[in-house]
This record gives sequence, structure tokens and C-alpha cells, in this order.
Amino acid sequence: MGLPLLLEQAINGVQFGVMLFLMSAGLTLVFGIMNLINLAHGSLYMIGAYLAATLYQMTGQFVLSFLAAMLLTALVGAVLERLLLRRFYDRSHLDQVLVTFGLILVFNDLVRMLWGPVSVPLPLPSLLAGSVQLMPGLQYPTFRLAILAVGVLVAGGLYVLISHTRVGMWVRAGASDRPMASAMGVNVETIFVLVFALGAALAGLAGMMAGPITAVQIGMGEPVLILALVVTVIGGIGSVRGAFVAALLIGVVDTLGRILLPPALGSMVIFILMATILAWRPKGLFSVHG
Amino acid sequence: MADLSLINPDRQSRLLASAQRFVPALVLVVALVGILAYAQSAGDTFLIRVFTRIMIFGIVAVALNFVLGFGGMVSLMHASFIGVGGYVVAILAYHDANLEPLMIGPFAFTGTSDLAILLPLAIVVTVPFAALTGLISLRTSGTYFIMITLAFNQMAYYFFVALQAYGGEDGLQIINPITFGGLDLSQRSTFYLFTLSVLALTLVLVTLLVDSKFGIVLRAAAQNERRLSAIGIAPLRYKLLAFVISGTLTGMAGALLATGQQFISPADMSWSRSGELVVMVVMGGLGSVSGPLVGAAVYLGLELILESWTEYWHLAFGLLIVAMVTLLRGGIADLGTLVPWLGRNVSGGKN
Amino acid sequence: MKKVALMFAASLLAASAHAEEPIKIGFISTFSGPQGVLGRELLEGFKLGLESSGGKLGGRAVELIQADDQGKPDAGRQAADKLVERDGVQIVTGINFSNVMLAVAKPVLDAGVFVYSINAGPSQYAGQLCNPNYFNVSFQNDTPSEAMGIYLTQKGVKRVYLMAPNYPAGKDFLAGFKRTFKGDVIGEVYTAFGQLDYAAEIAQLRAAKPDAVFFFYPGGMGINFVKQYSQAGLKAEIPLYGPPFSLDQTVLPAMGDAAVGAFASTFWSESFDNPASKKFVTDFEAAYNRIPSPSAAQAYDGARLLDAALTSIGGKIEDKDAFRKALQTVSFDSVRPGFRLNTNHHPIQDFYLTQIENDDRGRPIMALREVIVKQHPDSFVEKCKLPL
Repeated sequence: MGLPLLLEQAINGVQFGVMLFLMSAGLTLVFGIMNLINLAHGSLYMIGAYLAATLYQMTGQFVLSFLAAMLLTALVGAVLERLLLRRFYDRSHLDQVLVTFGLILVFNDLVRMLWGPVSVPLPLPSLLAGSVQLMPGLQYPTFRLAILAVGVLVAGGLYVLISHTRVGMWVRAGASDRPMASAMGVNVETIFVLVFALGAALAGLAGMMAGPITAVQIGMGEPVLILALVVTVIGGIGSVRGAFVAALLIGVVDTLGRILLPPALGSMVIFILMATILAWRPKGLFSVHG
Repeated sequence: MADLSLINPDRQSRLLASAQRFVPALVLVVALVGILAYAQSAGDTFLIRVFTRIMIFGIVAVALNFVLGFGGMVSLMHASFIGVGGYVVAILAYHDANLEPLMIGPFAFTGTSDLAILLPLAIVVTVPFAALTGLISLRTSGTYFIMITLAFNQMAYYFFVALQAYGGEDGLQIINPITFGGLDLSQRSTFYLFTLSVLALTLVLVTLLVDSKFGIVLRAAAQNERRLSAIGIAPLRYKLLAFVISGTLTGMAGALLATGQQFISPADMSWSRSGELVVMVVMGGLGSVSGPLVGAAVYLGLELILESWTEYWHLAFGLLIVAMVTLLRGGIADLGTLVPWLGRNVSGGKN
Repeated sequence: MKKVALMFAASLLAASAHAEEPIKIGFISTFSGPQGVLGRELLEGFKLGLESSGGKLGGRAVELIQADDQGKPDAGRQAADKLVERDGVQIVTGINFSNVMLAVAKPVLDAGVFVYSINAGPSQYAGQLCNPNYFNVSFQNDTPSEAMGIYLTQKGVKRVYLMAPNYPAGKDFLAGFKRTFKGDVIGEVYTAFGQLDYAAEIAQLRAAKPDAVFFFYPGGMGINFVKQYSQAGLKAEIPLYGPPFSLDQTVLPAMGDAAVGAFASTFWSESFDNPASKKFVTDFEAAYNRIPSPSAAQAYDGARLLDAALTSIGGKIEDKDAFRKALQTVSFDSVRPGFRLNTNHHPIQDFYLTQIENDDRGRPIMALREVIVKQHPDSFVEKCKLPL
């Protein structure tokens, strides 16, 4: 393997990792703060992609469509939280898994009713459709570089939001001691809706960033959900920092596994990695809860 | 009838109580015999198939509930045990049909289509698989346990997808009729009764286990592991043994599934199937031994009925699951709590 | 299973007692989940075929009973049991996946019911397992890639790179290609089934510098691969060749411009200009407001062949020997000129090279380029020992 190819594969791994991070960030945030496992996170990913595809087709405005689709997905998330999922914060993880498993079935069929079974197009504007030369012998797709940039921006934004702002402090207070936070005048209910909506928006963003390179189709969230769960668990549930590290780790290991190992082993490699890490550190790499 | 007055009253009531434990299971088994008799007389062979399938998944649900309801372990890898048991049957039947021995290293095994050999063999294969995965998984708890079992399910799934010699993604057909000793299990009613016997044995075994000291420790471990450790009982060993027993029973059910559908494929062991199994258990109610059997019947029955009504049956099914989890905390048995005057009768059996 | 009783007034021609009872057809296909598009495509093509003969087959009313296999062999098997044992269907059709077919065909045939495939074409049933009551009127799985192998050999292409998912159908398709291609295969890569991201494999491919890429990715995997191949800037550098269903109307709208310029080998395309085919495309677009895929065309042809065969024997499907013979010998106005059935009940048909381009309304279509091979049979017919 020559240097340009090796470098390209390294970027591929990191880029895939960043993609996984976008998906896992919302999942781990909701889990860390509200203690809720949301399997329907994959459905929000799908809804984001479908909304972006439809809006872009209607308006021809790529960036605006994406921003609007993110807002709409956040709205779907907020409604879901208010109407149903807030009842489940105090329920067992089993009940949470079940209710959100049911929601996956509901959302898949709702999308099939609204958009039909054929996967929908989400093309790229010409500015992002091509590839750029990074060094002699290394052409890289422009849009994948954009994914990298968005992922790093989101990671930075979340870090600042949670560690360095008043909102972040409330969020952390709400997570660790709800009665105390309420007593100090923090409106826990509002914070929870906002966090859930933010998680939904991130899932939607991940879906629409994946849309132009993968198929926008029914059930597109499930395989990604499994990967995001793996990332979340390896990173330590609730830890955004852990999710970032784990996502990059999975991205690189998966990419290398696919080109270096036989296909049978290649598809198992991340699950083997996960089992190994959990056997070694049962609470993941960056454990938040005790 | 034995004269119970000779036994001291305390022991007598305990005996009665433990005999009562078997009543729901007995009622279900009798009902299942009745269904066969009805289907036979009505000539409805499809009904026999449907209920054979329900019983097989009933065994799985009862076994899963043993670790989930009583042991507090939410396993998302039980579909992989079905797959392992099923592939034991399908692979050896395949070698039986093409008369080539199965080579594992220097050892050659001749194939067979006899379940009297295949069922014990399914156990021999499932036990170490369940023990190894259980040992690693039980290092974790809570959500991490759910996720690591999910990972093991996916590993097993991809292993069989990669097993090109035995059909890979396409799965493996069973050509020869499967027997049990001299019994021809391709006869539908014979297979029905055979499955029913395995189900009955499973119900008896799990009931006895739950009532034994082992079961009491297991339930205590599910509630408070630290307290158990404090009084000198290592909960891990109990949980691991329960996990292995449950996995092995599920592997046996997998062997039956492959026999019944004359076919096994990786789709029978996908992670969503594991999720469906958990739904069956919860539908039936976590607290009782035989409840999950009812859950399996309701789940598979609903699937059949909803599918015949609407193309969007996943939507209806999903809404049902959401409604059930939101409104009922104890499965179908809890329906009674919604209707007070019915409640006394229906939810009487569960704790 | 939704019962679609197609409208039929009592036929005035109903002379025999048979004619009063409808012909029951079980239609098992994938209607839910990501692959649900395939079931819809086949069902709508089949229904349009039925409507072209007034909703009847051989003058008899038809009861079409739908079942969803969810893309899973066990669900397909259960559906088949119900259709055969409870509904008493005479024909089982609609199956789109080969693995579902392998789980379903044996019990259906054992019960003496006809299996009439309008899509799945596993090699087993074309060869050793061929059966008097099993018919395939679409294509045997290996044939489109065999045709592409013939074409690239004709063009003198030397170095080809192959890609497919790691599952039996993927291996079969590449094996079909290698059976007829005489140049060098410089890379043969199998990826995980359902893989989302192909960046790593595409980088390896680019470094290998092949003259052509032949790929087999059905459904969503195909959309992923073609989009990413185009975004990597490779489409202009290394031409992309694939089988029909990786580049047909079930995926083309989602691929958009990414697919334009790619080549597909096919037995039918929406740009055919024979009258039967033109009528089909016009009717399909009028009925469903989209361009049909080859899958819809196969299904349409399937229904039309059933009607022709049953008409020739007065609708008496109960006479299995006559029905079998009629299916094999009757001629009908196929959308595929020259289409006929071989001794193993699988098609002999022409294969064409098509290239994806935008039509006058800017929709990507498979535009006809040239004939690759005429009257191409499958490669398993010799293993089939059916009495003639």
C-alpha cells in the first residue's frame, strides 16, 4: 500500500468515525441526562434524511433545507418526548427498550405511507458533488470533507455547551440531582424537552449528512443505530467525550478491518472489539455513571 | 387420593401451594392438546403448524423469562441460541442427506437425521457457547449487559452469514425427514405432540427451578446483588448457571424450529428477532412461569391476524406494543387491572 | 393477507363447471421493510398483466391472495403453508428473493402446487432440483452477468475489477460473469451484506487501476455504492458495469445523476420499442405514474403467459399435465421479443447492453445501446433431467 492510499484509508476511517459520532452524540446525551435508552433514535435519523430530501427537492436550497429539516426533526423529537417518552424516564430500561422498539415499527410504516417504498433521491449541489486533490495521487470527495468539518464543529459545540455555559450547567444539574435542581429554580421539564430535541436534531443531522452518500430508504436507521449503540457503550454511556473517542476508534478499526481481513471476519471485527473492551472495562472507556 | 391429613398441616399447605404452581402450566398443556384434537377433526393442518410454531417460541419465551423475569438479565442474544441449535440439526441432516462426513480437524462425523442424537448434540454445542458468552456478558450489568448480548448476537449472526459451505445468508434446507428414534417427525401431529412434550418438560423444569433454593437466590440477585455478596453468596455463579440453562433450552427450541420449518437461516437469529422474543416475554408478563407462553401465542397470533388485515401491519403492531408498555406494567395478565371486576380472576396467578 | 378479488362479472362464456370457481393464486413477496419496493413493483406489474386480459386468466376469474414475506425465508415459508393448506391456491408466485424461494419451493411442490417464479431464479431449480411444476419466467440469476462477461470479452476489455456483497447470490453473480469473461480479473472483492460505506473499497479499487468495474449490489447497497463511486470522481475514469436490477427504476430515481453513464446488461428495458413493450410502458405509467422496471415487466409477462396458456386449454388449470404443456409450448405477445422457455422451464432470451441516460423529461432511464447475445439459455439446463 502506497502512502497516498494509506493516507486516504486513514481519512476514510476518521470520516466514517465522525459520521458515527454525529449519530451517537444525541443518543448518549439523552441517555446521560435523562437516563433513557432511545432505540427510535434511528427513526429520527431516517426522518431527518427524508425531510431534507423533500425540502431540497422543493426549494433547491441545500443548506437552508438542511437547517429547516434539523429544526423539524427537533420538533418531532420534542413532541415525542412530551406525548410519550417523558413517562419513561423513571421506568426500567427494559420498558424503554420495548416502547422505542415499538416506535421503530411505527415510524418505518408512517414513512412508507407518506413517501412510498421507493428510496428517495438526495443529490448534492455541484459545489459539493465532486472531489478535491489533497496531494498528488489523492483525490478525496468534497462532501466527505464537509462531513468531517460538520462532525468536528458539532463535537466542539457540544463540548462548549456542556462544559462552559449556563445552559450546560443546568443540564448537568438536572441530570445529577433533579429535586435539588428544581429547588434551585431550574425548570427540569423544559431542560429535558430541549435536550431531547437537541438529540433528535443531531440524529436528523446525521441522517441528512449520510443521505447524499447512502440510500435514503425505510429502515435506514437500524444498521446505523446498532453501530451507534456500540459506540455509545464503548465510550461509556452518557459521555459525549467517550462517544467521540469510541466513534473514531470504531471508524478506523472497521475501515482497516474491511480492507485487511477476510469479509467474514471484517463484519464481526467491531463486535469483537466491543466485547473485548467491555470484558476489560465493563462500563466503557469513559464511564459517567459510577 | 392420598390422605393429606397424615402430613402435618404446615407441610401439607406447602405441598398444596407447590402443586398449585403447576396449575397454569397444566391448563395450557391441556388446552394445547384440545387444539390438536380440534384441528385434526376439522382437517385444519395449517392450524397445527401455527400452534407448533407458537409452542416452539413458547419454549424460548419461557426460557428467556427465566433469566429476564426471574434473573433480571435483559438478554438480546437469545435468537443466536435458536440459530446455534437450529444449525446443529440442519448441518448434520445435510451431511446425512449427501452422505459426506462432517470434518472437524482430524475428526470425521457422519451426519444424522435422528433428533434422539441431534437434541443432545444441540445441548452439547449450546452449553459452552452460552457459558462463554455468559461469563463475559455477566461482567457487565444493566444497559451494558443488554448491549454486549446484542453484540454477541450480531457476532453469531455474521458467523453463520459467512458460513458459505452451509448456505451463508441463504440458509440451509433440510431434505431428509427428521425422526426421533423410530418416530417420524415429518408427520405434523406427531411433531406437534413431540414439541408439546418438550414444552411441558420445560415448564416443569423452570417451575421447579424457580421454587428451589437456586431460584430464590437468583431472584434475590436480580433485586440486590450487593446484599447477597454480603451474606457470602456469590451471585455471579447463580446468574451464569441460569443463563446457561436458559440458553440451552433455547438451543433445543432452535433444533425444533429447524425441524419444523425444514430450514434454518441467519434471518432466524437476527437482532430484531431477539427483540421480538423480549416483546413476547413482556406481553405474557415477567412474573409467571407460563405467562410468556401466552405472550408468544398472542404475539405470533397478532402477527398473522394483523398481516391479513392491512399492508401497514407493522404500524398497528408497533402502536400495540407502545400502548401495552405505556399502560400495562405486567403484560397481558395486567389487562385485569384496567377492568377492576375482572382483575381478581386474571391477575391472580402472578406475584 | 389482503384478498384482492379482481373485478369480474359472471362470464357469459362460462360453459364448464370449472369456470364458476376462480383460479386461486398466492402472491408471496416482500412488501414491508427496506426491500418493500420489490414486492410492489412485481405486484403492480402482475396486476397490470391480469388487467390486460380483463382481470381473468383463460376466461376464469382470479382470486389473488397477497402475503408479505418481509424479506425473510421463515416468514415466506409460513405464508406458503397458509396459502397452500388453508387457502388452497393452485399457483404460488411473486417471490423476489432466492433465499425465500429456496425455503418455499419444496413444501409447495411437495403439495402438488405450481411454483411460478416471476423474479427469483436460484440455480438449484434450474439444474438438479428442477421440477415439472416449477417454472421461472423472469431470468435465471446468473444470466445477466454471463451476458456482461460476453460483452466485455467482445469489446476486448483486459482488466476487470469485481465487487459484490458476501452472500450466495453475490457469489453466484460473479461466478456467472467469470464463466463467460475471458480477460483478467484483477480484483474480486466481497463486502459485508448491507454495508453502508464503500470508501475504503473504492480507494483500493482506484489504486488497482482496472479497465472496467463489474458490480452486483441490489437495492439500497447499490444506491450507496453508485453514489459513492460517482462522488469519488471515478465514473469518468473507469466505466461501471452492472446487472439490470442494480440500475433499474427501483433505484435509479434515488441515484439520480450518479448513475448516468453506467452500463447495465438486461433482457428488457423501458426503452424497448416493440409494440407490446410500448403498450406496457404507457399503461404502467398511466396506472402508477412512474416508469416500470424490468421486474415489473417480468411480472407483467408472467401474467400474460398464464393467460395465454390457460386460454389454450379452456381455463382448466386442474388438468395439471395440460397446463404444464401449455405453459411450455404456447406462444404469447411477450414484451421480450424471442422469449421462450427451455426444457428446464427457465427462459431462453436475448440480452442487451443499456446505458443510463436522462430521458427528455430529465428522468434517468436504461437506454438501449446494442444486442449482446441472442437466445441465451442458462448454464444449468444440462443438470436438469425433466421428461419432455
